[in-house]
Amino acid sequence: MSSAQRAWEWFVGKVIRLSGAMAIVFVILIFAFLLRDALPLLRSASLREILLGDTWLPTSEPPKFGMLPLVLGSLYVTVGALIIAVPLGLATAAFISEVAPRWIQEILKPTVEVLASIPSVVFGFLGLLLVGPWLMELLDLPLPVFAGLGSLMLAFMAMPTIVSVAEDAIRSVPTALRENSLALGATRWQTIRRVVIPAARSGIIAGTLLGLGRAIGETMTVLMVTGNAAVIPEGLVGILRPVRTLTATIAGEMGETAYATPHYHALFMIGLILFVITFLTNTIADIAVRRSGGVAQ
Amino acid sequence: MSSDANLPIKKPEGEIKLETHDLSLYYDGFHALKNISVYIPARRITALIGPSGCGKSSFLRCFNRMNDLIQSARVTGEVLIDGANVYDRTTDVAALRKRVGMVFQTPNPFPMSIYDNVAYGPRLHGIRERSALDEVVEKSLRGAALWDEVKDTLRKSALDLSGGQQQRLSIARVLAVEPEVLLMDEPCSALDPTATFKIEELMIELMENYTIVIVTHNMYQASRVSQYTGFFLLGDLIEYGDTVQIFENPKDQRTDDYVRGRFG
Repeated sequence: MSSAQRAWEWFVGKVIRLSGAMAIVFVILIFAFLLRDALPLLRSASLREILLGDTWLPTSEPPKFGMLPLVLGSLYVTVGALIIAVPLGLATAAFISEVAPRWIQEILKPTVEVLASIPSVVFGFLGLLLVGPWLMELLDLPLPVFAGLGSLMLAFMAMPTIVSVAEDAIRSVPTALRENSLALGATRWQTIRRVVIPAARSGIIAGTLLGLGRAIGETMTVLMVTGNAAVIPEGLVGILRPVRTLTATIAGEMGETAYATPHYHALFMIGLILFVITFLTNTIADIAVRRSGGVAQ
Repeated sequence: MSSDANLPIKKPEGEIKLETHDLSLYYDGFHALKNISVYIPARRITALIGPSGCGKSSFLRCFNRMNDLIQSARVTGEVLIDGANVYDRTTDVAALRKRVGMVFQTPNPFPMSIYDNVAYGPRLHGIRERSALDEVVEKSLRGAALWDEVKDTLRKSALDLSGGQQQRLSIARVLAVEPEVLLMDEPCSALDPTATFKIEELMIELMENYTIVIVTHNMYQASRVSQYTGFFLLGDLIEYGDTVQIFENPKDQRTDDYVRGRFG
């Protein structure tokens, strides 16, 4: 190898290493930045008040920074979204990979992926003008904006992720397992439910958690359709009442907050909480994917 | 010895469990099985031998209609079990497969416990009661000569068993649905000699209650375990008859060449 070649090899090696390191550096920087602007809030309120307080009134005198309504708002909307999206996504994935004839597969797969490319503001728009008023009339609700509407819209946004990850997992289940099940006198549906889906379990969990990550971080749609009332949702009926999510709070209030005030720091604290939640779900998803490699060989 | 036209198939004595008449199988344009007519006796072991790609596995898969899973496959002619056509439009395929069990070339335990693997079939067919399931699982594992090795670890993953144990588990899984026929598609090809010996012993035991059809590459195995043997070549059933006769006194030159190891 000539010295020029050697220098080039060295250079390329360094560039690749640097690019790889960048991702990690950015994550650490974002985390540090969030910490720097979130922690000063602890001078105005205790951690207990922040996490468990039931009132979010950051501009009253004295201000109240209870984030529990926001956390619960996010939880309602997200869990609601998953309750809709997981069965639907799983059924779609099973249909695409196990049941549908080839030509339907070829239409359905790209169509589901198109769902992922619709801008979230469009979903918000549809929810606000079309689905919300319609559901209000149908269910006799007080308002056309509520937690469940956000769930419904988010479900459609999380579905493509769930479908494509679950479908990959289902597809990677060895054909021999299906044959063994069918040869024992199982019907196709019994085989899907009792062998294929359990064997693809880890991948399905991973898809669900990735969908959850998408849903919990979504801002624009929920800002538009969930009503933005920072109150603690009450029981099951809370899903049909307005709530406010963590993300919508940041997006809605950032513009009217003075720099370095407690309110400003509070919004960063919300960001930090979101960061931790999505970091955890992604990590769990990652572990699930790794484990799925070892289950069905 | 003739070697051109196929020999007429003689009907074995005693009860006939399976038969085919003029059975042909096509994969798209490829004629994989050519007008096969054969009688398979009840509660005997029938071995199907022949070089790779001769159609013996495809033939086996006609009896439980596993060829249905291959979109390009098309079947003509008749396949009868106890005189009823398997390919009749009114056949309940799941019920057929319950009667005609299959053991595959490579063992493929479901990713669940040993117990759940064996209980899988009975549960499908409606057995829910705990004690009834326990009984079927024990009986099937005993039937597959695996009980003593796994009775203390029934809750462990079936994937942790050795290859030979996994294959006996596959057999136990099939026995648990109480079939009448056992189709075995090269059940020992992935096993070492000790495990192979165990499976062969087991087959001879099972013969008392089941009609067994085994596809094998191993001619010694065919001659050791079977009473009847069919020799396939390029989609034709060249010769079919008593195992001793096929191996010691074949009527067709091609059979003679094959069983003497001149090709294949």
